[in-house]
Amino acid sequence: MPKITYIENNGNSQIIEVANGLSVMEGAVQNDISGIDADCGGGMACATCHVYVKEEWLDKLPKKEDGEEDMLDMAYEPKRNSRLSCQILVSDELEGLTVSIPLKQG
Amino acid sequence: MNKTDVLIIGAGPTGLFCSHQLGLIGLNCEIVDNLDKVGGQCIELYPDKPIYDIPAVPECTGEELTNNLIKQIKPFNIKFHLNERVEEVNKVKDKWIVKTNKHTEFETPNIIIAGGVGSFEPRKFSSEECEKYENHSLFYLIKDKSIFQNKTVSIFGGGDSALDWAIELSNKSKVNLIHRRDEFSGAQSSIDKVKELEKSGKVKIFTKYQLNSIKGDENIKSIKIKHDDESLKEVETEYVLGFFGLIMKLGPILNWGLNLNKKTIQVNTENFETNQKGIFAIGDICTYPGKLKLILSGFHEGALAARGCFKYARPDEKLRFEFTTTSKAAQERLGIKK
Repeated sequence: MPKITYIENNGNSQIIEVANGLSVMEGAVQNDISGIDADCGGGMACATCHVYVKEEWLDKLPKKEDGEEDMLDMAYEPKRNSRLSCQILVSDELEGLTVSIPLKQG
Repeated sequence: MNKTDVLIIGAGPTGLFCSHQLGLIGLNCEIVDNLDKVGGQCIELYPDKPIYDIPAVPECTGEELTNNLIKQIKPFNIKFHLNERVEEVNKVKDKWIVKTNKHTEFETPNIIIAGGVGSFEPRKFSSEECEKYENHSLFYLIKDKSIFQNKTVSIFGGGDSALDWAIELSNKSKVNLIHRRDEFSGAQSSIDKVKELEKSGKVKIFTKYQLNSIKGDENIKSIKIKHDDESLKEVETEYVLGFFGLIMKLGPILNWGLNLNKKTIQVNTENFETNQKGIFAIGDICTYPGKLKLILSGFHEGALAARGCFKYARPDEKLRFEFTTTSKAAQERLGIKK
């Protein structure tokens, strides 16, 4: 299973093995990573699973679908490397992906 | 004091259908919701998005689902208290006394929390200094637009609210519209209109900028906005408006002595009662082993919670299980004439 590194907003980093097919959000929620709320449960309707993707991964991830950028407008301190973690599906290609969690989700 | 058999908190699909189930077994209820309209997440988050997993409804939008539920509960004349948030819940003898932020009071043996992920509240700017100006020169909601007349107003956001207010206020105010990227997410006609207003000098548009800091004393004098390339720009302004949509907050529910699991309330699966006698939780806000956050699960949970309320509302009566196809009592309550 690919290993995903989650950097929590207190600076702690946790390496979690996440099964292929799950989203980066689900990997966090199922492993009690703090700071990812995912209020809407993965429906791209709330922007509370916002993460910053490590720069070198930006171009390797599947592109944002329509609607993800609109939701990111609502997120807490969005940046160029902002993504909704519910929209990133884990696959072997994501081995080593690192995401950091913003100070707040809103 | 409003006396009712059941108070439902939350007017989303789960709360609405639960009021139907209560009506069928002869219990009355009232519903409180913090939003200004009925429908909960269905109406606030995805009114136009199709839903495909409502039993026997192959496809419907959040708005259609809400309208159909409103139609279905019509016979029961449910009283709604919109724009109100339940603040306090206290037990007095065997009744719950409930108070809202608008000072409405209820006395009820049963509370059903169908509050989704909490109440919807405006998302705010990240900078803490904004709090100082909130509600006098910085707003997330507009109650009185006349105060902006002949003033400079800086509007943040890229959705319909930001665009609509930029258009509306450009008549009588100087408007700056500031957004974090070049694309706006609002209706195309509004985007076109704003671009037209920019050409005629009525609206100034700053894209790829976000709020950095605010300068002022009692009131705002100017703001600094930061470009994607990190450069700063100072903009004189008297008012700041932020339109970043709504976020759900559990809020006062945290203080009611309920067993919580992260942002959800633990219930039993027999009647969805919480650890507090007479307080039930259904829909997205409840949790139990195997919980699915689906509308259909909320409907099931509401049907059982309604029956759970009966013993507290009618302690001397016995509830008989009946079908709407054959029950005279249920059909009478539905107002069916034969």
